[in-house]
Amino acid sequence: MKLSPKAVSLLQIAPMGIIFAAMVLVPLVIIFVVSFLDYDFAQVFPEIYLGSWKDVFTSQLTLNLYETTFKFVAIVWVVTFTLGFSIAYFLVFHVRSMQVRLMLLAAIAIPFWTSGPIRAVAWVPLLGREGLVNQALLGLGIVTEPVSWLMYSEFAILIAYIHLLTMPMVITISNSMMKVPRSIIQAAQDAGASEFQIIREIILPLARPGIAIGTIFVVTAVMGDFFIVKTMSGGQVNTATMAIVTELNAFQYPPAAAKSVLMLAIVLGLVAILLRFADIRKELTK
Amino acid sequence: MSLIQLKPQTAPAASGKSHLKQATQGHRFDAELVAVTKRYGTGPAAVADISLRIPRGSYCCLLGPSGCGKSTTLRMLAGHEDVSEGAILIHGEEVTHKLPVDRGTSMMFQDYALFPHLSCLDNVAFSLKVRGVATRERRAQARQYLELVQMDHLADRLPNQLSGGQQQRVALARSLITRPKVLLLDEPLSALDPFLRVKMRSELKRIQKELGISFIHVTHSQDEALALSDMIVVMNDAKIMQAAPVREVFETPTNAFVARFLGGQNVLNSNGREVSVRTDRCRLGHATGLRSVEGQIAMIEYQGNIVRITLQTPLGDEMTVLQSDTDYFAQNPQIGDTAMMSWQASDEHILAPT
Ligand SMILES: Nc1ncnc2c1ncn2[C@@H]1O[C@H](COP(=O)(O)OP(=O)(O)O)[C@@H](O)[C@H]1O
Ligand SMILES: [Mg+2]
Repeated sequence: MKLSPKAVSLLQIAPMGIIFAAMVLVPLVIIFVVSFLDYDFAQVFPEIYLGSWKDVFTSQLTLNLYETTFKFVAIVWVVTFTLGFSIAYFLVFHVRSMQVRLMLLAAIAIPFWTSGPIRAVAWVPLLGREGLVNQALLGLGIVTEPVSWLMYSEFAILIAYIHLLTMPMVITISNSMMKVPRSIIQAAQDAGASEFQIIREIILPLARPGIAIGTIFVVTAVMGDFFIVKTMSGGQVNTATMAIVTELNAFQYPPAAAKSVLMLAIVLGLVAILLRFADIRKELTK
Repeated sequence: MSLIQLKPQTAPAASGKSHLKQATQGHRFDAELVAVTKRYGTGPAAVADISLRIPRGSYCCLLGPSGCGKSTTLRMLAGHEDVSEGAILIHGEEVTHKLPVDRGTSMMFQDYALFPHLSCLDNVAFSLKVRGVATRERRAQARQYLELVQMDHLADRLPNQLSGGQQQRVALARSLITRPKVLLLDEPLSALDPFLRVKMRSELKRIQKELGISFIHVTHSQDEALALSDMIVVMNDAKIMQAAPVREVFETPTNAFVARFLGGQNVLNSNGREVSVRTDRCRLGHATGLRSVEGQIAMIEYQGNIVRITLQTPLGDEMTVLQSDTDYFAQNPQIGDTAMMSWQASDEHILAPT
């Protein structure tokens, strides 16, 4: 029996296609359908109900959730990008020896071998009321009573996010920077560019793929996270993702589904925009 | 646009920056190295105590085998590498510890080092941009330099949309727009195919003559060095073996290394001294009054108007005879024949021991 080349390639991608359809597409369709269904405290009815979607777009409460999420995304992105770019620049262009560079990268990476909950708990002895920071501030006489917003607050959430997400930024950006040939930098120096001009005119544009991929990492991590919000805020801060989890726990599937679909659409939209800056296939093969 | 406008000497004095002014009349040498040494770490020196003077408006080739320190020398001239000991002068002015941009040198890199995210035009205009020249003016100037290298028709392309030879021309224009006093080129032709290499080579020479500045060109190809140079600097093992006008280096090599590396010479022992004899002054056969050596013909290469015959002497040395095709067909030697190679005593050039 002879198969046409087209049939052969279809057969070759079939296993992956079936798994992808069964594990991703079908559940997505179900979620999408459920978001339009009616529900009460115990079950979902097979009846069309647009209330969940109306709520997503009109309820002030829900809009506030999204606002908090986007605020976190924006702040975390700005800080991790600034830190990530600076650290990567230092590692790639100022650390001469490859060995030292790898050691420093390892020093950044090794703390992340511990599990998430342990790292979250580990913030308490540092940022808690009796924590190291407060004791230092008290000891130095800068404050007279412990600062309470260090832990269980939006500040604590941001600290945890930044701590977690600076490393991926460093790695993706330094990966892009390492591909910039030395000779290009020297050519820019010959042309009379200052260090700052070289960063702005040469390194920043050439590091764009790494920045885009790091940004995708940060955006999806913050938008998809509820664990850090929960542990670091002690339940005092609510985001869109937290709300989805809460609703799921209360068996309110349709509103959770509506929020999930919207979240997915936003994330996909952002990723689509960011991918215009980075040719993923080229990044992986180069 | 006339090329004369691009000549550094007639550059408008409008630009107040001193490094843009060219070819002040007071200096005798465009570039000088004074007892320069470069050590990486604790190993042997990559460049050991070399001194060199490059006269005004020279096309100078640094020639030598891989690893002999050519690129290091060039990078020290460019200011991309610190000098361990010694001094560097450009146009008579010491620049040993100056930044690359303040030296009046510009480097053309082996990999071209074009900015991949900028069009050709903006690549060439880059040095003007960082100096704050307005967009319209810098693009207009950059276009003139692209015309000089005949690339103005592709000004809007990105570097990766160009062939190697075209990228090279853009890189050249980008270097020249900084109005360098000395242009430094590190193996600029080695990435090109043989046809383009010969074409670019004459292009480089033409531009050098038109601008009247010195080009210092690193190569490991003898042909390239001979074809281009006013002055050849032969290097080996971190040292300069000989630095002289091209004809002098070819005709009177100082030692066996230079004679062998440049080619075109047989190195042999004559009356207990090491001498060189040009291959085209040697011939097959023997006659009275000529000095000679016997050997077996190992190779005959017919090259059209000349024929290259290689002899293996009993001591294992290889000797080459360049014959005109007429002489060759008259004698009709065969591979494996035993033959004499002979030359006149007056064609011997005495070599210094290495
Ligand atoms: N950055 C460097 N660090 C250590 N050694 C180097 C470096 N660059 C060159 N060298 C050494 O210096 C010597 C001369 O190198 P180079 O100037 O590149 O030679 P060439 O260009 O003539 O081939 C070589 O032995 C090389 O290994
Ligand atoms: Mg080299």
